[in-house]
Amino acid sequence: MDTMQLTIAEARRALDAKEYSALELTEAHLDAIAKKDGEIHAYLEVWADSARAEAKKADEMIARGEAMPLTGIPLAIKDNILIEGRIVSSASKILESYRASYSATVIDKLRAQGAVFLGRTNMDEFAMGSSTENSAYGTTKNPHDLARVPGGSSGGSAAAVAAGMAMGALGSDTGGSIRQPASHCGVVGLKPTYGAVSRLGLMSMGSSLDQIGPLAKSVEDARTLLASISGYDENDSTSLPANSEQRTANRKLRKVIGVPRAFVKSGVETDVLALFEETLARLEKAGYEIRDTEMPNVAYSLPVYYVICPAEVSTNMARYDGIRYGLSVPADTIQHVYTKTRRAGFGAEVRRRILTGTFVLSSGYADAYYRKARAVRQLIREDFRRAFDAVDAIALPTAPGPAFKVGEKSQDPLAMYAEDIFSVTANLSGTPAISVPSGTVEREGKSLPVGFQLIAAHGAEETLFAIGSDVENIK
Amino acid sequence: MGDKVDVAALAKLSRLEVSAEELRALEKEIPDILSFVETIKEAHGSTSSPRAGSGLQNVMREDGEPHESGKYTKELLDAAPAREGDRILVKQVIKRK
Repeated sequence: MDTMQLTIAEARRALDAKEYSALELTEAHLDAIAKKDGEIHAYLEVWADSARAEAKKADEMIARGEAMPLTGIPLAIKDNILIEGRIVSSASKILESYRASYSATVIDKLRAQGAVFLGRTNMDEFAMGSSTENSAYGTTKNPHDLARVPGGSSGGSAAAVAAGMAMGALGSDTGGSIRQPASHCGVVGLKPTYGAVSRLGLMSMGSSLDQIGPLAKSVEDARTLLASISGYDENDSTSLPANSEQRTANRKLRKVIGVPRAFVKSGVETDVLALFEETLARLEKAGYEIRDTEMPNVAYSLPVYYVICPAEVSTNMARYDGIRYGLSVPADTIQHVYTKTRRAGFGAEVRRRILTGTFVLSSGYADAYYRKARAVRQLIREDFRRAFDAVDAIALPTAPGPAFKVGEKSQDPLAMYAEDIFSVTANLSGTPAISVPSGTVEREGKSLPVGFQLIAAHGAEETLFAIGSDVENIK
Repeated sequence: MGDKVDVAALAKLSRLEVSAEELRALEKEIPDILSFVETIKEAHGSTSSPRAGSGLQNVMREDGEPHESGKYTKELLDAAPAREGDRILVKQVIKRK
């Protein structure tokens, strides 16, 4: 069994045809992990025993004729999504031995289908970063070149899928944390519409931006995973009700794709831009109209994001104080318990964002930074709304370049932030976005994958899957 | 970024202990980040009515007990670093003079 190429769709067919068992499928993935993960370090913990037990249960479901789309499918879970009783650390020292008190809604949904959980995957601490170098437990390596990062923050999830160490994975995307590692590892990554997937049991980072989404080997697999995890959840106040317009959007495909040309040219590497243009040309050949689209405010996306995200980080991280759960450093006064726990528990980027966020929210500066950013965010949303009157989707590169070298950007926060230039805009607008592999570029004799990003209107994930499948087929 | 950013004061506000060495690095990094994000000042967009047209709405639940009292007490207390009976134990917060 070649776990590198095997899709969920093909495994479903083979499992239902009894060509192999769910246990054999899980064993094949555990073997791949044993062989490769020493070098790649995609997993922080592998749950071999419980995975085998879940696979056996899945085999019973299949034998009874009760198989669902993900029954017996081995998946990897990002280390910021809670599974009751399991350690979940967000790759932070502050939660090193924290065990989840309950399971995330997405986990309950996958469990109900009989999916198999292989383990928890590495990430940038609390999902802050674009390379996994901010993990407190070491960097994940890119399976295409071990000298390079897999992207981030869901780098472990992307690397696990790319290396055949999971059939699919869950990640979270606040500013590109699913799509950018998907691009760098050569897999499909989807950030759903804000509110499409319940966030109960996802550790909050930027609450107006965060979404859980799938990483997979094909657009079809990403669609299967999304269908299995999405839906209204009364326990998440940002969850879209079933009858919400942003869920039921039914858009007929006009086969028109918009490109904000002026924005695309900003800071993208030459051969990545060439590959982007080549994909557009192929889509044109396949019957799409490619149209220049004016989006005057999207150029502000990155600076707007790096005001709003740290502001929300500074409030969300306040809960980690050594009192209710997680690390607690003993001290003489409660004030020192807070400060010493946070000093010992948080890494450099988390601290940087807490401090930046505290500044932009502080009295005297909040108007110029936070409130201004919120106003410009509204303009960006308007740009998208206007654009979708005329086009099905907006096309952008996923990231400005292919995977970069370990250590190349880790000492320069602004260089790392620039990785997110094309991805944060979909989080600011709340629109769904997908990254689909679209070819490779050469760096130092290695072929490195590059993703093609599509952004559609709220609730129009089906548009992304339709065009995304065409991108897969015209390569 | 014209003004000097008082990182030590920000650290105090956000309950972070910062070493002298880290403070020196942050005193350069945070102004760099702020001067980068300052480009948003060139954009239009009024800060006066941030909610207008945003489609945001408040989400409330019905008044009443969401679940029976004590249902999750054990699970949540099990995660606490220190406890005394059904309470989380902390250092004294208010001192008598």
